Amino acid sequence: MKMNQQLYLKRRITSLLGLAFSMTAMAIGLAVLLWILYVLFSNGLSALDSHLLTSDTPAPGTEGGGLRNAIVGSLMIVGLTVLVATPVGILAGIYLTEYGDESKTAELTRFVTDIMLSAPSIVLGLFVYAIAVATVGNFSGYAGSLALSLIAVPVIMRTTENMLRLVPGSLREAAFALGAPRWKVSTFITLRAAKSGVMTGLLLAVARISGETAPLLFTALNNQFFSTNMGAPMANLPVVIFQFAMSPYDNWVRLAWAGALLITFTVLVLNILARVFFREKVSA
Amino acid sequence: MSENKLDTKNAIEVRDLNFFYGKFQGLRNVTMDIAERKVTAFIGPSGCGKSTLLRTLNRMYSLYPGQRAEGEINFYGQNILDPGQDLNLLRARIGMVFQKPTPFPMTIYDNIAFGVRLYEKLSSSEMDDRVEWALTKAALWTEVKDKLGQNGLSLSGGQQQRLCIARSVAVKPSVLLLDEPTSALDPISTGKVEELVHELKADYTIAIVTHNMQQAARCSDYTAYMYLGELVEFGETEQIFFKPNKTATEDYITGRFG
Repeated sequence: MKMNQQLYLKRRITSLLGLAFSMTAMAIGLAVLLWILYVLFSNGLSALDSHLLTSDTPAPGTEGGGLRNAIVGSLMIVGLTVLVATPVGILAGIYLTEYGDESKTAELTRFVTDIMLSAPSIVLGLFVYAIAVATVGNFSGYAGSLALSLIAVPVIMRTTENMLRLVPGSLREAAFALGAPRWKVSTFITLRAAKSGVMTGLLLAVARISGETAPLLFTALNNQFFSTNMGAPMANLPVVIFQFAMSPYDNWVRLAWAGALLITFTVLVLNILARVFFREKVSA
Repeated sequence: MSENKLDTKNAIEVRDLNFFYGKFQGLRNVTMDIAERKVTAFIGPSGCGKSTLLRTLNRMYSLYPGQRAEGEINFYGQNILDPGQDLNLLRARIGMVFQKPTPFPMTIYDNIAFGVRLYEKLSSSEMDDRVEWALTKAALWTEVKDKLGQNGLSLSGGQQQRLCIARSVAVKPSVLLLDEPTSALDPISTGKVEELVHELKADYTIAIVTHNMQQAARCSDYTAYMYLGELVEFGETEQIFFKPNKTATEDYITGRFG
């Protein structure tokens, strides 16, 4: 073999340059992420104490306080969202793969879903304000859940669709070959085969909505007191963070950091869970 | 025997069948009989239409818009290409086993029970009996009787395929369509499946697509040789393999083809 030394050298340099660029890009991304986590932990850890979970958000000018009302409010709003968005999203995903497939309705649904996925969340918040707050006359936890559902449904729907598409057609055919009707094939066979993937999508959707602030600003608003009435304004972590972080009170600012840390931690746990689920799927 | 028609009692009679994948014609004027409680083998090079023919027999193609069949397929006198045909009922009576094992993502027990539950209401002891019966038929019972609660995917490839056969047998169809059932299996599992085919024909009408000429010769009573969507020759397996009427058939069987 007669090797062209110059050509080989040139290729090696190109390869090294490529590697260097991608490593730098990776380092920048990682550094920013670590920086965020560092700031979050250094500010948030000091506010983590036993009162965080037992006391409610403090009135202006009072000492101490916790985030009990906001944590409970967030859990309830997100919980209701999951209850509403999961069946809707999964059923719509099933429709897209198993029933609609190439139909015009399915195509339109996909198109609208894509727009919804990239719609600014503040627009969705404003929309819910117009239909479920302005008309009723008061802010409410329900309105907050509705706004979050509008964000969660497209995410769940799209992942469900993608996961169902990964199920081999031969499995579907095998079920049809036994004389199973379509609804039974989609729920008992296809959905079951894609279970872990769909769960992953669900967890990622929860992670996505648990930090959303804009849609809650005009819908659930906030509540200084402990309340489990979803028909009334409700405290929730993102809005509390938004209000407290810009306040002049030291304890409020500290609570905002603690809340931010809580949310980040939740999202982190959800993402890790999602990864574990997906890994099980791959190994199965 | 007139052209491609048998004097036996037939489970299925195919008449002037044409099949289209959109504009492409996959089958041309196929006329043949599938005799009751016999094994009919379809052989021919890839793309000759043998799987296509099999998939018209349980209307599997109807899952895909753009695929259509013209002609007649009479299943005990009833034309199943009739638009009014109930496809679920048809497929419950004409079972199918595929090339690759396709166990459902559930326990071994439920893999069998799934199809049975669709059309029969059995007590749990009756269901236990049915599951054992089907698994015994498929020569799998002794291997799995202690792990019926395990996921079907945990079995080996050969066991999975026998599970799929058991699953089809469990609903007690009258016809079994086997689409290259052993092409993904090792020789030992293949042998077991072939023995099974031999035993099953006592109760079932069987149609099998195979790439393996010896397999067709070993386990079938009738053989159809297909090429480019046409049925070239059809008759008793012995005659097709030892005294084919057409040189094209002889060339393919003796390996002089292509």
